[in-house]
Amino acid sequence: MNEEKVKLPDSLLEYIGQWKNKKGNVIMVLHKVQELYGFIPRAVAMEVSTLINIPLAKIYGIITFYHLFKLKKPGKYRISVCLGTACYLSGGNDIMAELENILGIGVNHTTDDGIFSIEAVRCLGCCGLAPVLVINEKVYGKLKKEDLAAILGRYRNQEAAVKA
Amino acid sequence: MSIVNIKINERTYQVNEDLSILEAARLMQVKIPTLCSHPDLSQSAACGLCVVKLKGTSKMIRACATPVEEGMEITTHDAELFEIRKTVLELILSNHPNSCLTCQRNQECELQRLAAEFGIREESFEKKLRDKPADTSTTSLILDPVKCIGCGRCVEVCQKVQNVFALEFIGRGFKMRIAPAGNITLNESPCIKCGQCSAHCPVGAIVEKDETAAVWTGLRNEKLYPVVQIAPATRVALGEAFGLETGTLVTGKMYALLRRLGFKAVFDTSFGADLTIMEEASELVDLLKNHPDHLPLITSCCPSWVDYLEKFYPDLIEHFSTAKSPHEMLGVMAKTYFAEKQGLKAQDIFMTSIMPCTSKKYEITRTDEMFASGVQDIDVVLTTRELARMTKASGIDFLSLPDEDADNILGEYTGAGVIFGATGGVMEAALRTAYYFITGEKLANIDVQPVRGLTGIKRAEIDIKGQKVKTAVAHGIGNVHVLMEEIREARRSGKPMPYHFIEVMACYGGCISGGGQPYWVNNEVRKKRTAGVYQDDKNHKLRMSHENPFIQKLYGTYLGKPLGEKSKKLLHTDYKPRPLYYK
Repeated sequence: MNEEKVKLPDSLLEYIGQWKNKKGNVIMVLHKVQELYGFIPRAVAMEVSTLINIPLAKIYGIITFYHLFKLKKPGKYRISVCLGTACYLSGGNDIMAELENILGIGVNHTTDDGIFSIEAVRCLGCCGLAPVLVINEKVYGKLKKEDLAAILGRYRNQEAAVKA
Repeated sequence: MSIVNIKINERTYQVNEDLSILEAARLMQVKIPTLCSHPDLSQSAACGLCVVKLKGTSKMIRACATPVEEGMEITTHDAELFEIRKTVLELILSNHPNSCLTCQRNQECELQRLAAEFGIREESFEKKLRDKPADTSTTSLILDPVKCIGCGRCVEVCQKVQNVFALEFIGRGFKMRIAPAGNITLNESPCIKCGQCSAHCPVGAIVEKDETAAVWTGLRNEKLYPVVQIAPATRVALGEAFGLETGTLVTGKMYALLRRLGFKAVFDTSFGADLTIMEEASELVDLLKNHPDHLPLITSCCPSWVDYLEKFYPDLIEHFSTAKSPHEMLGVMAKTYFAEKQGLKAQDIFMTSIMPCTSKKYEITRTDEMFASGVQDIDVVLTTRELARMTKASGIDFLSLPDEDADNILGEYTGAGVIFGATGGVMEAALRTAYYFITGEKLANIDVQPVRGLTGIKRAEIDIKGQKVKTAVAHGIGNVHVLMEEIREARRSGKPMPYHFIEVMACYGGCISGGGQPYWVNNEVRKKRTAGVYQDDKNHKLRMSHENPFIQKLYGTYLGKPLGEKSKKLLHTDYKPRPLYYK
């Protein structure tokens, strides 16, 4: 275990304590981990493995099976591009391609500065707005690919302001 | 357990209700094809080949995962089922490379066999192969995801039988691969190299690392003096590769074969086993007499068990016998004692071990003590499967070979040496000699029946002149935690140790069904191979290790006494805690 041992936050330890001996505990605990970290860090997965006595292989079986779980740290702004049927037919694919082009990263990757990451999702439940993407909790509908540069620019400016 | 009446293909049968349709049909001489089901494992119903028709329902059901019920009327074979199964097979083949000619499983592959039986002559679906590199990180096994058909047998055996959890389904759908947790190699995972995954894989996706080429090279090198040794369990299994009845003893033919392959001296690991017993029984006697608080003593012949203990129970390392495994002992004796007699240097000798085991390939470089002769004591380990292939390539007609004897001074063995090949064998051999060491007398009933057989954990109490020696034997490494937790609990609570002596073998059944043995193992095969080993024991006049005259001579003229200075230096090793994950 060359990876440095991590100290889990008390809130997580408490949560694990509540779920430790209950059925279905692995998924619940992993949800909590993802909520706290934004993804499942390996060192945390190892700690969880020891604490709830489930082999690390089982945890990886689960987190690589369900798309919801992330193995890599997502960007500060997580861009979810809808590729569900309605969005796809209205050019969701073009939106995705343009986004990859502007950010210089592929789907499921994060920009080097850690600000943006892209993921593909299947239907966000607002097909009337197709094509749609969501940045963190904010929905952008009836998109044209020409809109993207401006939208991303706003987030970049926000970041620059925070830094300054 | 009650009996139910079922109909299979219009015939009426009475069968036990705890059988699946697949098992019931098999008993009735009806073979339903399958690629995921295995009698050692629980049913995953993954491959879909075993579909059958059940009267009263329009659905096809999977025979492997459906228990028989009273009144069932089942059709296992008809034109429609044939077409459906053929389509399933073609779909599997569309994700499987056509590299049979160059595959290690050529002619031993369950998928290849089914493709032949179904008369598949064309590819009905577009080929789409998984594009992932092979994992060659261990010195024992190769894991090739391109050939994997996703049946899950390896995962089942690694997790549920062996309790190792090195392998898991990673990802899903077409991107799914069988791999350790995360982006790491097998060698960085908890894998103990037992090779049960390779023994249960229906195709060539997990195979032993083939080192026959290294042996051919060694045999061709005129500067080297090639010698070889054969493990107890190999002699009851190699014959299967040549059509002999399972469990047939082919010891004499193996010696003859190896001489004809070019080995200048042919030794027997069973001699090494006799030597291991001399050391290990001495350790046991010393602990019983002088350090009862250090008990139990735990056997350490099985390198997968060693690896498992170092990773999962590092707190119990102090209970491990420091005696090396038989083939390592024989290796160092060949490169010192034998070499001196022949006027050779250690580095002149090229030692090959024929083993039932993939983990022995790992063991030979495990620690510095595996270089006790000054060079690597064992140069190459071949599994029984590799020797079978090498034999077929050599042009030697194995079945017509005469029976020959092994070479002295490292070839004669007692019955105790050969039973190392079966679960309980090390325990029994050690008890025979320990009894003599303590009492100076021969154990009245030399057949220690309670430690024999396929029960996962066997407990027995042996009376050594009033001293009750409590023993336990575990095999199939998933069974071992029961015993280890009992020891931990006794240590924690200060209560008396439940056992004095424990034997563990990682593979269920012991080495006779080791990860490197010929394929198609089930409990019937295990029983027949075990019977062969005990037959060999019975065939020997000398059945206790300390009676072996060549062992006596070795101690008398070279080693001194068991646990003496020279013995400790050459025949013992040590252990260290290892992490479950290196990354």
